[in-house]
Amino acid sequence: MTEVATKKYTAKDFKSDQEVRWCPGCGDHAILNAVHRAMAELNHNIEDYAVISGIGCSSRFPYYMNTYGFHTIHGRAGAIASGVKTANPKLSVWQITGDGDGLAIGGNHFIHEIRRNVDLNVILFNNEIYGLTKGQYSPTTKMGTKTKTSPFGTVERPFKIGQLVMGAEGTFFARSLDTNIKHATQTFINADNHKGTSVVEVLQNCVIFSDKIHGWVTDKEHKLDRQLYLEHGKKMIFGKENNKGIAMDHGKLKVITIGENGHTEADVLTHDAHMDEPFIHLMLANMVGPDFPVAFGVIREVKENSYDMNVANQVAEVQANTKFSSMDDVLASGSTWTV
Amino acid sequence: MDKEAKVVEEVVIRFSGDSGDGMQLTGTLFSDTSALFGNDVSTFPDYPAEIRAPQGTVGGVSGFQVHFGHNAIHTPGDYADVLVAMNPAALKANARWIKNGGTIIFDKDSVSEKTLTKAGFETDNPVKELHLEGNNVIYAPISTMTKETLKDTGMDNKSILRSKNMFALGLCYYIFDRPLNFTENYFDKKFAKVPQIIEANKMVLKAGYNYGSNIQALPSYKINPAKQDNGLYRSISGNQATAWGLLAAAEKASLKLFCGSYPITPATEILMYLSQRKDMGAITFQAEDEIAGICTAIGASYAGKFAVTTTSGPGLALKTEAAGLAVITELPLVIVNVQRGGPSTGLPTKTEQADLMQALYARNGESPMPVVAASSPSDCFDWAFEAGRIALEHMTPVILLTDGYIANGTSPMKIKKMADLPTVKTHIAKANTDYQPYRRVDEELMIREWAVPGTEGLEHRIGGLEKMAVTGTVSYVPENHEVMSFERDKKVKQVAVNIPDIKIDGDNEGDLLVVGWGSTKGHLRDSVSAMRAEGKKVSFVNFNYINPLPKNTADVFNGFKNIVVAEINLGQFVNYLRMNFPQYQFKQYNKIQGLPFTVDELVSEFTKIMEEN
Repeated sequence: MTEVATKKYTAKDFKSDQEVRWCPGCGDHAILNAVHRAMAELNHNIEDYAVISGIGCSSRFPYYMNTYGFHTIHGRAGAIASGVKTANPKLSVWQITGDGDGLAIGGNHFIHEIRRNVDLNVILFNNEIYGLTKGQYSPTTKMGTKTKTSPFGTVERPFKIGQLVMGAEGTFFARSLDTNIKHATQTFINADNHKGTSVVEVLQNCVIFSDKIHGWVTDKEHKLDRQLYLEHGKKMIFGKENNKGIAMDHGKLKVITIGENGHTEADVLTHDAHMDEPFIHLMLANMVGPDFPVAFGVIREVKENSYDMNVANQVAEVQANTKFSSMDDVLASGSTWTV
Repeated sequence: MDKEAKVVEEVVIRFSGDSGDGMQLTGTLFSDTSALFGNDVSTFPDYPAEIRAPQGTVGGVSGFQVHFGHNAIHTPGDYADVLVAMNPAALKANARWIKNGGTIIFDKDSVSEKTLTKAGFETDNPVKELHLEGNNVIYAPISTMTKETLKDTGMDNKSILRSKNMFALGLCYYIFDRPLNFTENYFDKKFAKVPQIIEANKMVLKAGYNYGSNIQALPSYKINPAKQDNGLYRSISGNQATAWGLLAAAEKASLKLFCGSYPITPATEILMYLSQRKDMGAITFQAEDEIAGICTAIGASYAGKFAVTTTSGPGLALKTEAAGLAVITELPLVIVNVQRGGPSTGLPTKTEQADLMQALYARNGESPMPVVAASSPSDCFDWAFEAGRIALEHMTPVILLTDGYIANGTSPMKIKKMADLPTVKTHIAKANTDYQPYRRVDEELMIREWAVPGTEGLEHRIGGLEKMAVTGTVSYVPENHEVMSFERDKKVKQVAVNIPDIKIDGDNEGDLLVVGWGSTKGHLRDSVSAMRAEGKKVSFVNFNYINPLPKNTADVFNGFKNIVVAEINLGQFVNYLRMNFPQYQFKQYNKIQGLPFTVDELVSEFTKIMEEN
């Protein structure tokens, strides 16, 4: 369990003295800002944060933090963060990764940290492109997209991140976006409060290689009709007029308009993020335009023991029941003889 | 014993059968009994990679060799005085390992048209076909006698035959005048829940023993206990000793151990032994792959644990990039590589010393890392401890090389007291001090301080990008990269400051210096002793510190007409020595069959080298 902070912080306390080198206009700036704000609000001492990243634009993140930070190697942040958290469960460990780092080269570690339910906050910047290597398609790039390495369009099916998380039996999946710092801040706080692997997919804009990739969703004029903000226990209502909702129809989700075709607010689903069965969470996570809004907020959050606590508890239990206190005892155990 | 036993100094016995026949257990029980009896012992298991290889075939034969004696035993022995063969395939697979005139105990009930065909015999007389008539072949009806012994127990035929290995074991206990009680106690513990099995095994063991005393054809030997230093002893395999040596280092550093590993033959047992030690506060993380194994360990090291990762050659290849991360972040980490035959999957259950160059150089960039190698099953404890000491005291990843031969083999170990082991210093930075990640707090040894997350006032960033000297901010400054490269290089070289001089076994001058490293020590030493006994001027030097080499290394090469480097590869250490000491002429003797040397072949090769000059 993370210890309660004895100190109070502002977002500024989490900013390092290093010059931030992301491109002007990059969505990373906003996410960094949101993490600073979230950490200031959370109840940890600054020395108890460890920010671990892999390789890629987003992975420069630790250098811009005034916490403990470890910029590791491509794809391995999940494994290294798992080691940090398991070694010291008192730390609040944040893994910063992207769609290339986390889902391509680091895909194996990604699904296994989720399967184990290591208590990590995984902030996955999804811009559907490799930015630092200058514009190659990634595992989330939509089929047919032309990039530097797919001049005729990709012929690969992309991952749906939420589906991958739930396939690995994830206990927490949320989505936020770089254009809504307030929402991102709150989502990161929710992620840290969850004990287990909290995956937050952040729709992030790369101004250079995939500019406006999430433009349909973030478009200022239409965003209210295209973004659904989920909250546990609240109706799934959205829209400029606040009159659209998500309903269930023959086992499928459907957008309805309250007051049309006889629909009332009662027909709109109430979000239950804590439901063990992942089916509705999966459908919500997979919603895409133009037929559906994109879901934001905590889509799934279920209680399950975290790996690091299971490890710590098992060690404590064995230690409570052993007479051995030193390797002297181990060395002299079992069959021995005296000369 | 009924008849006069022949007193001998040492004996080699080899148990062999189908991989499901329980030969590893039989051999282990025999070796533990001999160790408890007071003999010095060395063992070598030789088994196929498949858990149940095709029954009755030569490829499916599992063997376990035990060398025990009245004097110090350094190897599992070249050739067997006694071979136990449970079927024709075992006889065929091991024919080359029987000493001329040795005794063969052969289960005659195992001979049938089917088993002969499966083992690839063309006649119905396997002994003749293999030209073994010159040996003392005992055709023992092992299966029949086992069935006879247990016929009234109500057990089914299959279960009954499962204990035929105990008949063979009992027979060997008779031949070598060993007590049965250790094995009987083992049954009591192992099968505590099934008294019937305990009883059956005891009956069969006893029947084998009695059968031995009833037939006249058997030789019987007496091997007096060895003269050993006083103390408490146990039998230990290299993998177990490695696990425990690492735990001992953690204890002496007042740190908890963290092992991130992925199962791989023949290293898996280290992870297994460490996972049993939650009582010591050890955490084992069975990772999703080799890379996650080392990466979780690096994460744990960053978080202040004594971190280790254990693997074999192919796994070390996968860990390479992350090993470089540990180099540039200067975090303590022990990487254990239990070498096996390569390349690629190679010979997973066989031994080889061919990962030396991989350990030394297989990383991108200038990426120096200390490398040490163990020499025997029991000294894996010492070298694992030493690898841990170097990693923690010098703030560096370290590679410990063992191999399948010593990892699976066992030897007696005199148990050390933790109080007698040196304290391992750590360089953990104190809270709220003026911390700089890459400031060299020891300028002679080039050591940086270890600031552990959770420590107030030491927040800092490290990573795989080149860092500015002292401050640790990201730096692309050309001159700084050179400074940091030199610092990392010097730090590893300076490990030599804290390691002892290497000593020559024998005279400091002579006609031949035999040079080896790691696990070949026993065979090389025995071959040199044998040659010296013939009056030859031969000395021996064994290297355990590979990088850096001991400071006086060049000195030991002076004084000899010939120097030969013998190793189980195509010549990796010899080339390393040629590179470091071009002023000497190094000859080489290499073998690469997945097997240890034999003392015989070494004596003959070294003699040839001396005669050529």
